[in-house]
Amino acid sequence: MSWTWFHKWGSPKWFYALAGRLQPWLALAAALLLAVGVVWGLAFAPPDYQQGNSFRIIYIHVPAAMLAQSCYVLMALAGVVSLVWKMKVADIAIHCAAPVGASMTALALLTGAIWGKPTWGAWWVWDARLTSMLILLFLYAGVIALGNAIGNRDSAGKACAVLSIVGVVNIPIIKYSVQWWSTLHQGATFSLTEKPAMPAEMWLPLLFTVLGFYCLFGAVLLARMRLALLQREARSGWAQAAVRQALGGGLAP
Amino acid sequence: MKFASFAQFIAMGHHGPFVWSAYAIGTVVVIWNVAAPWLARRRYLQQEARRLRRERQA
Repeated sequence: MSWTWFHKWGSPKWFYALAGRLQPWLALAAALLLAVGVVWGLAFAPPDYQQGNSFRIIYIHVPAAMLAQSCYVLMALAGVVSLVWKMKVADIAIHCAAPVGASMTALALLTGAIWGKPTWGAWWVWDARLTSMLILLFLYAGVIALGNAIGNRDSAGKACAVLSIVGVVNIPIIKYSVQWWSTLHQGATFSLTEKPAMPAEMWLPLLFTVLGFYCLFGAVLLARMRLALLQREARSGWAQAAVRQALGGGLAP
Repeated sequence: MKFASFAQFIAMGHHGPFVWSAYAIGTVVVIWNVAAPWLARRRYLQQEARRLRRERQA
């Protein structure tokens, strides 16, 4: 088996070009999916028979919460790659994914609180799902703070990789918290093995916004990683050429 | 359309403040996510443009 596909990931120049090609398509897909999903979910999906219209918060809450967890798993995988193969792209991925994941966790917590008030009668309860999600926010904050606190880039990368890997133990706790402990929070909306418990006109818009959030995450992560690559590789020829090209060639020597 | 009028759509059956504040926060988070890397890239390119100009004059 040829490993050239894997070794390509070690090349910042190759990744920069690939990310630049993918990014506009991801951004376009995100815009379309989110526009369809949000309009459908807000105006055309039927109201819930118990929760009325407050259930429409699901179309942001669930995608944000799913993405918050996927983003952390991605950081843990990148952490393994970064520690084992010392790949610069993986190190940058952790650094760039953390703020995006933190914002998604905060969004899931805030929309959850807003949804909890009319549904459970409380903004916040200290149950397993909500508390483990709050811990996820602290883990993200930890990765960001650790990356900023350590001046040496290699040490910072290693520390963030280790924290990402150790913290991933929280992800199954979030996932199964609604089954392991008694909770107010409802179970999973989507599962790989069962049909959703809601009618298609309710879960289809959710599928659109979930996919839209993932595409948005891809586009935003690639944008952050491309800039980080340009800055870290500022002394190499390809990065200087890319900067000159972005500046429109007007400043080319 | 599941709502009879625009006013009913805004009211969301007494859940208006909850639904709309959740979507407002969602919009803010999405805009921040898109704008932050875009602004950072612009700032970096402006800074590099200044540096290149200085180097050419020197």
